[in-house]
Amino acid sequence: MKLFKLLFASIAILIATNVHAEKITVAAAADLKFAMDEIVTGFNKSHPGDEVQVVYGSSGKFHTQIQQGAPYDLFFSADISYPLELAKQGLAASDVKPYAVGRIVIWSNSLDASIMTMKSLTDPKITRIAIANPKHAPYGKRAEEALKASGMLDKVQSKLVFGENIAHTTQFVQTGNAQVGIIALSLAVNPELARKGGYYLIPENLHKPLEQGYVVTRLGGNKPLAKLFAVYIASKQSRGVMAKYGFVLPGEKTGK
Amino acid sequence: MVLTDSDIQSIWLTIKLASVVTVVLLVLGTPVAWWLARSRSPLKGILGAVVALPLVLPPSVLGFYLLLAMGPDGPIGNLTRSLGIGALPFTFWGLVIASVFYSLPFMVQPLQNAFESIGDRPLEVAATLGASPLDAFFTVVLPLARPGFLTAAILTFAHTVGEFGVVLMIGGNIPGVSRVASVQIYDHVEALEYSQAHRMAAVMLIFSFVVLLSLYAWRPGSLKMVRKG
Repeated sequence: MKLFKLLFASIAILIATNVHAEKITVAAAADLKFAMDEIVTGFNKSHPGDEVQVVYGSSGKFHTQIQQGAPYDLFFSADISYPLELAKQGLAASDVKPYAVGRIVIWSNSLDASIMTMKSLTDPKITRIAIANPKHAPYGKRAEEALKASGMLDKVQSKLVFGENIAHTTQFVQTGNAQVGIIALSLAVNPELARKGGYYLIPENLHKPLEQGYVVTRLGGNKPLAKLFAVYIASKQSRGVMAKYGFVLPGEKTGK
Repeated sequence: MVLTDSDIQSIWLTIKLASVVTVVLLVLGTPVAWWLARSRSPLKGILGAVVALPLVLPPSVLGFYLLLAMGPDGPIGNLTRSLGIGALPFTFWGLVIASVFYSLPFMVQPLQNAFESIGDRPLEVAATLGASPLDAFFTVVLPLARPGFLTAAILTFAHTVGEFGVVLMIGGNIPGVSRVASVQIYDHVEALEYSQAHRMAAVMLIFSFVVLLSLYAWRPGSLKMVRKG
């Protein structure tokens, strides 16, 4: 009998705490890794008891997974066309809003990339160039466009290796297996990555803009916390973090 | 069935990789399996466990360590560089080495079982007839263990065809070099090309089923030869 009471009491406590504590899962493009971590830390601090957890990956993969009913409440895509398509299919519970414009850089762990240009990629010291898979990763698409527009694509095609998403691509360079990579500025400015090698900001006229957008999914539509977080993204704090990681914010002039 | 050129290229690459890995493992795995089957050394348990590791390790662990080890600062990377071979990740031979690790138990364990089931007697008889150990191995053990070799080779080939995580982590997804069939299917799915993904996935499914069916029909219980853990 005593055991039953204890069991009931603990179940009651569990349910009671569940009423207050909400938990949402955010699917975020891998270029947001550092910025979103910081934003979520700030949000969790001001919303004790609630929990926002983030899953990072390629935007194309999340798009597919949400179509198949993946349990993500918000989706931050490196390419706004993915959430727009979800909204068209009736899988969104909010408007699709732009949150940033991304930039791409040539980054190296072993060579001084800050003195490089697109032409430096033909340097024989560079035998491997890592880019994200252009087939489904937005940063890979833009990297390929920039290579094409600068007339380098044919010359470096044989050096290219493809990461599954932009973080995976960065890892190829970080482990030294590729000498340079074309990665997101938002990752390259992270102190840990910026310490060695440096980066070269690829002129934005060489590729289509990396317009990034987010949406509350149909699943997240029932959760107040998802809406709160969506509002928080547009707040001054969040915009500050985004800007710190080199994102150009909606409604602001682009940089170089 | 309409497969694109790049689909067919990835299938050929997969077959090439699996064939090379099977041959390499036949050469490397046979002495290991022989030693495991015959030795009474206390080291036997350790080597047996090492051989079985890829059965339980997540491919991400294997891929991560291989990427570091083969990188310019890693032990394998240092070795290949000093030999003048250059870096192994993102190359076909890098994939071969990774797959050799990945498929090792599928070669060694069936062979070890085959060798163990032969027992000491035929070898003793061969010795009394004046055969050297090497003679005995080629004229007595090999014919007796032939079913074991066939099982091991088929399982190794099939398991290498089914490889995905390790290849994704160290392959770099290069067409004709490291974009094997499983990665190609993944790319199709990611790019929302479901009909192309379906076609290739169906090819893989039928292939795997036929391989296993023939193995089971020919030798029921042969899959038991791979021991988990």
